[in-house]
Amino acid sequence: MLIKQLSIFLENKTGSLHAALEALASHGVNISALSLADTADFGILRLIVDEPEKAKSVLAEMGVAVLLSDVLAVAMDDVPGGMAELLHQVAAEGLSVEYMYACVGRVSGKALTVMRLDDNEKGEALIQRGKHGQVNPADIYRL
Amino acid sequence: MEAKGIDFLPREELEALQLKRLQETVARSYERVECFRRRMDEKGLKPSDVKSLQDLAKLPFSYKKDLRDYYPYGLFAEPLENVVRVHASSGTTGKRIVVGYTQNDLDMWDDCIARMLTSLGVTAEDRIQVSFGYGLFTGGLGLHGGAQKIGALVIPMSSGNTPLQIQTMIDFEATVLCCTPSYVMYLGEEVQKMGVKDQLKLRIGIFGAEPWSENMREKIEDALGIKAYDIYGLSEVLGPGVSGECPEQAGMHIREDNFIAEIIDPDTEEVLPLGSEGELVFTSITKEAFPVIRYRTRDICRLIPERCPCGSTHLRMGKPQGRTDDMMIIRGVNVFPSQIEEVLLKVCGDKITPNYQIVLDRVNHNDTFDVNVEMSPSFFTDDIKSIEKLERTIVESLRSALGIGAKVHLVNPQSIVRSEGKAKRVIDLRKGKI
Repeated sequence: MLIKQLSIFLENKTGSLHAALEALASHGVNISALSLADTADFGILRLIVDEPEKAKSVLAEMGVAVLLSDVLAVAMDDVPGGMAELLHQVAAEGLSVEYMYACVGRVSGKALTVMRLDDNEKGEALIQRGKHGQVNPADIYRL
Repeated sequence: MEAKGIDFLPREELEALQLKRLQETVARSYERVECFRRRMDEKGLKPSDVKSLQDLAKLPFSYKKDLRDYYPYGLFAEPLENVVRVHASSGTTGKRIVVGYTQNDLDMWDDCIARMLTSLGVTAEDRIQVSFGYGLFTGGLGLHGGAQKIGALVIPMSSGNTPLQIQTMIDFEATVLCCTPSYVMYLGEEVQKMGVKDQLKLRIGIFGAEPWSENMREKIEDALGIKAYDIYGLSEVLGPGVSGECPEQAGMHIREDNFIAEIIDPDTEEVLPLGSEGELVFTSITKEAFPVIRYRTRDICRLIPERCPCGSTHLRMGKPQGRTDDMMIIRGVNVFPSQIEEVLLKVCGDKITPNYQIVLDRVNHNDTFDVNVEMSPSFFTDDIKSIEKLERTIVESLRSALGIGAKVHLVNPQSIVRSEGKAKRVIDLRKGKI
């Protein structure tokens, strides 16, 4: 399933991550998943939150560069090899993973991962063809 | 005339010489340089109106902008076949400025440097390591010519490669070092780290092309066991050697047989009484290829009225205390914020906002140069590579435009602090740091 991801530009200085998260907290935004990518000079914080549009406008008003985009959410069995199996299917379909990260909770006993593939539509079709990978976006936002 | 003689010429004789040379320069420039002739005509002045040195104050000013408007050769007063060299430096925008020299001009330049060296007791027995950059920059070749003229052994090192600089100083037994003050601070520290101070034969250092303090002088003299002297110049007027210190280390003697200095109020453009602080203005009175009349240096300093204990009759100028424009001197290189703005506009387009900030600091005696650039909200994608690529492009374009490296940081769209709606472009934290 495609879900909304919030990407936030962080300057490489003390407190910039805190300032962004503090702003979200004060507006009651809850986080379901996060990943922090860092480079020598800046970072990008990627979040799945319960109210993506609201979170975006809160941050944009602060003057933070922020973007909403679609990423793929996939459920999988929380057993050894669960993720390997998923990635096998992705590779077999000729898709590449640009980045991925895990959600903090489970839905119906399954582990959840967020993936950015080079082709969202093909990725979504792949998951819909399978039996177990699908997850309702609302369940993730609620985590 | 013998070099030592002219520095001690009685004031009346010196001024008579200046008047004669000024009249010749004004007449030649009027005849040959369209820009000067037009400005004289606009004021209703003819060269014959210069009857005394005081009449200099009537003449029109010239500006750095002129060098850009008449680029490359429009201000030359000699046909190119008589010009034997050009030097160039950065203008206020991306375009360079160029100056030219006849053989007589180069001889005069060598003479200015040679007189400074001689006054400091440098002789043919000395070995002079020139660690100013060679090339279009006037530093390297300027010092080189004067050092050679006194018969010293010249080591034309140019700038950079510190370990090799130190090894060369040791192996070739250099006794005199010429470079920028910030570079010698760094060299001094490396020499201490390597523990090779006692292998050096250095006794004198001549440093210029950027401002430095008495505090730095003490540190440099301590670190290398030398006497450190200040030299001043700018390529529009000549290059290094327009003025330089004598053994008194108390102001730089202007080579007044070649240059007339005035101090003006930069706002009213009135000439100020001797001893006042104001903008330094130079008129060249012997240059052939590129004469300048009342050239606005934008440097703030004062002329010292008292006669120097060294006995020279030539006026001294104090260290420049600042600028009347926004020029920055970073690692010895002149940089204008407008040059940076031009690069950003050209390579970034609407990927960034019009707000940027230049932060200068000094760490380990070296200038740090950071440029913060606000990205536009629409440029931010989730893609790390495209942001890194934009940063790299800016770094490379700045390097090729300015000749020095900057650290570039893309920052959030409204993160640069504004006052009255306008961002403060330059934050210079170097004051008082050495």
